[in-house]
Amino acid sequence: MPEQKQNVKPVHGPGRRPGGPRPKVKNPGKLFARLMKYILKGYTIPCAIVVVCILITVLASVQGTLFMQTLIDVYILPLTKQNTPDFSGLAQAIGRVSLFYLAGAAAAYANTRIMVFVTQSVLRNLRDDMFTHMEELPVRYFDTHSHGDIMSTYTNDADTLRQMISQSIPQFLNSIITIVSVFFSMLTLNIPLTFLTLAMVGVTLLSTKKIGGLSARYFIAQQQDIAAVNGYIEEMINGQKVVKVFTHEAESIEKFNVLNDRLFVSADNANKFGNILMPVNAQIGNISYVLCAMVGGALALNGVGGFTLGGLASFLTFNKSFGQPINQLSMQINNIVMALAGSERIFALLDEETETDEGYVTLVRAKKENGKLTEVKERTGIWAWKHTHQADGSTDYVELRGDVVFDDVDFGYVPEKTVLHNVDLYATPGQKIAFVGSTGAGKTTITNLINQFYDIQDGKIRYDGININKIRKDDLRHSLGIVLQDTHLFTASVMENIRYGKLDATDEEVMAAARLANADTFIQQLPDGYQTMLTGDGANLSQGQRQLLAIARAAIADPPVLILDEATSSIDTRTEKIVQDGMDKLMNGRTTFVIAHRLSTVKNSDCIIVLEQGRVIERGNHEQLLAEHGKYYQLYTGNLAEG
Amino acid sequence: MLKTLGARIGQFRKDSLLTPVFMILEVLMETIIPLMMASIIDNGVDAGNAEHIYVMGICMVVTAFISLYAGAMGGKYGARASTGFARNLRKAMFENIQTFSFSNIDKFSTAGLVTRLTTDVTNIQNAYQMLLRMCVRAPISLVCAMGMAFFISPRLALIYLAAVIFLGLLLAVITVKAHGYFMEAFPKYDDLNASVQENVSAIRVVKAYVREDFEKEKFTRASQNIYRLFIKAEGILAFNSPIMQITVYFCIVAISWTGAKMIVGGTLTTGELMSLLTYCMNIMMSLMMLSMVFVMLTMSAASARRICEVLEEKSDITNPENPVSALADGSIIFDHVTFRYNEASARPVLDNIDLSIRSGETIGIIGGTGSSKSSLVSLISRLYDVSDGSVIVGGRDVRSYDLDTLRNEVSVVLQNNVLFSGTIYENLRWGDVNATDEECRRACRLACADEFIERFPDGYDTHIEQGGTNVSGGQKQRLCIARALLKKPKILILDDSTSAVDTATDAKIRKAFAEEIPDTTKLIIAQRISSVQNADRIIVLHNGAVNGFGTHETLLKENEIYRDVYESQTGGSGDFDEGGAA
Repeated sequence: MPEQKQNVKPVHGPGRRPGGPRPKVKNPGKLFARLMKYILKGYTIPCAIVVVCILITVLASVQGTLFMQTLIDVYILPLTKQNTPDFSGLAQAIGRVSLFYLAGAAAAYANTRIMVFVTQSVLRNLRDDMFTHMEELPVRYFDTHSHGDIMSTYTNDADTLRQMISQSIPQFLNSIITIVSVFFSMLTLNIPLTFLTLAMVGVTLLSTKKIGGLSARYFIAQQQDIAAVNGYIEEMINGQKVVKVFTHEAESIEKFNVLNDRLFVSADNANKFGNILMPVNAQIGNISYVLCAMVGGALALNGVGGFTLGGLASFLTFNKSFGQPINQLSMQINNIVMALAGSERIFALLDEETETDEGYVTLVRAKKENGKLTEVKERTGIWAWKHTHQADGSTDYVELRGDVVFDDVDFGYVPEKTVLHNVDLYATPGQKIAFVGSTGAGKTTITNLINQFYDIQDGKIRYDGININKIRKDDLRHSLGIVLQDTHLFTASVMENIRYGKLDATDEEVMAAARLANADTFIQQLPDGYQTMLTGDGANLSQGQRQLLAIARAAIADPPVLILDEATSSIDTRTEKIVQDGMDKLMNGRTTFVIAHRLSTVKNSDCIIVLEQGRVIERGNHEQLLAEHGKYYQLYTGNLAEG
Repeated sequence: MLKTLGARIGQFRKDSLLTPVFMILEVLMETIIPLMMASIIDNGVDAGNAEHIYVMGICMVVTAFISLYAGAMGGKYGARASTGFARNLRKAMFENIQTFSFSNIDKFSTAGLVTRLTTDVTNIQNAYQMLLRMCVRAPISLVCAMGMAFFISPRLALIYLAAVIFLGLLLAVITVKAHGYFMEAFPKYDDLNASVQENVSAIRVVKAYVREDFEKEKFTRASQNIYRLFIKAEGILAFNSPIMQITVYFCIVAISWTGAKMIVGGTLTTGELMSLLTYCMNIMMSLMMLSMVFVMLTMSAASARRICEVLEEKSDITNPENPVSALADGSIIFDHVTFRYNEASARPVLDNIDLSIRSGETIGIIGGTGSSKSSLVSLISRLYDVSDGSVIVGGRDVRSYDLDTLRNEVSVVLQNNVLFSGTIYENLRWGDVNATDEECRRACRLACADEFIERFPDGYDTHIEQGGTNVSGGQKQRLCIARALLKKPKILILDDSTSAVDTATDAKIRKAFAEEIPDTTKLIIAQRISSVQNADRIIVLHNGAVNGFGTHETLLKENEIYRDVYESQTGGSGDFDEGGAA
């Protein structure tokens, strides 16, 4: 049954609630500085304009509020006392404030629009930087980091950054500027009322801390319960067919209900306190407003300190707009801390050390005249290693033939644990070397060393007589073909996937390679032939078909040395035959290292290396090894015990 | 759709009703406060009545406290209603999934089901909470504030009305347009992430072919493309706040001018002017909130649809009315069986199969990929129903049995088998909850699993990780066989269940079966000839039809496909076994 792949959209929801737990970040100051430097790099001027725009927006709004006082005290109250009121002065004043307003709105637009540009630009640069850097990382990085974690840097962590740049930082600035300007405006209007307002803000902060703290506690519980429920769902749904086969439905529901109910309780509590925080703060704000109205009313009534009705009107509006930025501030700080945690992971990826390459021997096209190699530009079918000696600057050319020698090689993925011990190997051009041995014996490890996915710890590997450390990695890898057991294909057409082996290959060359790999027949039968799009790692193809494509991809690159990882025989015999036949054609005339699972491959090898626990324990051809009556003999006869 | 979902509110109906009630109360209280304020100014400050200021002030404090209470209660009930709703949805879906037949599960795919149970439910929970709280609050607040404005001065209220229509229309246009752009951008963004994922998992291929620069260029192009789409989408959203500000400012200016004239003319008071300005803010904020809620709700509509699909799915395999609850023996007859996974497909997966298997026989099944071996055996325990003909087990049609009885008597070891997190004992007891330790160990001996289990430091109490990641493929297969054996079934089906077990152990397991459970009918699907050649009879399947059925010797003589496979496996291109399963 074909699995329908579901396209799961990333959730572009609102940011986390203010009550949510805060992640821990080491050295937040330094991190923040680095992040700001990254953002400002190339966007200093837009960012400066944004700051100015925010300033204008806030000032316009403050000016508008102060206008209330003027409106009431200077115009309305005096006008009511005139018999023939003259509105021209008021008209002028309103005209003036309208200009302020227009400037404010224009600045608000400019500010958001520029921020969109800055945010998206920074995100794009960040994505590109991350990807570019990632491509340069050694294979070891991908072994030691879970693919889910790497992906989450691109999605979740980048998303928290987007939030921070586009919203948190501008709003943070806005809040600060608003608080400062509103505070000073209030001071000019009335000092005692200002302190009353401040006191009430203190109460708000206290309640936020109290309720937020409760909420955070339940949020942590909720996160744990969500993890438990989701984990259980994933496990059970993945094993749903087994559940059916074992008629285990009732038990599975029973356990689910326990977990689900537990989640309900913690989610209910977490949301409850999260929900209560907002109305509580809003009403504390209202109470502050009422208190100011009462006290202010009394002051204005008695005209204490020249406080007027207009002043009261303006002050009350400020009072309303004071609480909000303060609440905003704590929320934005939370978001910024969260984004810092994200940026810590992003920078960790960017700081990861790239693959080092000290090689200086390069691969060049060459021609042979009187047994002497010279470098040429045109295609000749002959390649040579260009070896410029560091000592005297003289240049040697060595023909690329595919001669590989391992000389007493030791290797471990981690320094403490050696997995290959004293491995000696020699493969002359065109030879087929088969590795056999149980899982974990080190077969794959050896093949990973030839193309320098890892550096060896001791010993030497020579390629056509040159120490591979001296060969530029790109050139070394160009000379090696590799077909892995788990085939990886890319989202592109079949044609492009094969062409991956040689980017400038013509369509005819691609088809020729496909024919060589026995892939042509099935490709022709695909709905769009060579133009059929492959998605999700070739999910629309069978395992055997994907392998055929991988063989074709290696064939078009036409390397002198091949590394093959044969598939175990889980595919059916007929496809297996086709794949095997394709592989055989590919191996023909090349130095081949093959991790063998198939009798025929092993038997036809020039040399069989039997590995056990990272050591070569036997070597020789089929007949020689059988005669030795050792491990190979055991493996071979064990296999045929019943045949 | 709404009906299906609404039915799951269940015991949280009370909370769901109380939430909007409290939200309305909160809004009403908030609407009264500016009016009292006006009274303080006009009848207190302006009229020089200090007592009125205090009385009104206390009234306002009381109102604020009622509002606080209502808001808090609304939050509390809202939380309960939405999280409870989510709980019920999860429960209902999970329980319904448990009734699903294999074909139902295939239809959704496991990843699809997991998303529905997790992400989609969370989306709905948030949307429901929003619906109960904001969706009630925002329009009521808008209407109340507007009503108050009309109450104070119909003439000035008309300005608001005009502003609301203006802002509402513009917000709608912006939202719709931006939504369109976002819908275009999100899939591209997902594609980009998919390509990162692809690069991460295929990094060895990228490096082996030295295609780093090629990939970088490809990525940068896609990244730039997304940049443009998002700039377009968010650029439109950038109009939101300035338009809102322009509208508010317009109102303030218009009210100030007209209001001032009216105050001077004696038809409006200063306090009323101030309360009007407060209502202005309430109205505009509600409108903004509405447009936000609208976007959120449309985004969650897709989740709601996906959840409904699961809730409304009916299992296509159900118990018969008077189910038979015992199996006479382990005989199996396929009588003109035709089977399609999808009734609409032209070519059947199994075409007119006739087979008769005696109780206690050992039957090998061999055939290429796509020859429908797994489909054939899955009909025996009624994991799927036949499209035509009938499968008769123990002398009766499988559709007449109680499903649990049938599946307990027909034990299948699936090809893609899983172990669950828990100890080995716990996993084994899936086969029989009441199995004693001794019985468990016996089953493991039969499945040749005892040797490696006993080498584990914790033996049978070893904890198996989720998905069985801490045991090797061959160990997993043997544990799964032991688990199936504990059912003490009349029919045992192994669907390619020893592919990762080395040949010697494979033979040992088969030998144990023959000696220890001779009365159980055994069906063994395998790729290796050696796994089936000692069976009583062997079925050769080819393209959904029986190509041959007989003993090893007969088939070797008479069946071309069988001979082909045999020769290819023994004639040199067979498996060089790693013996890696140990």
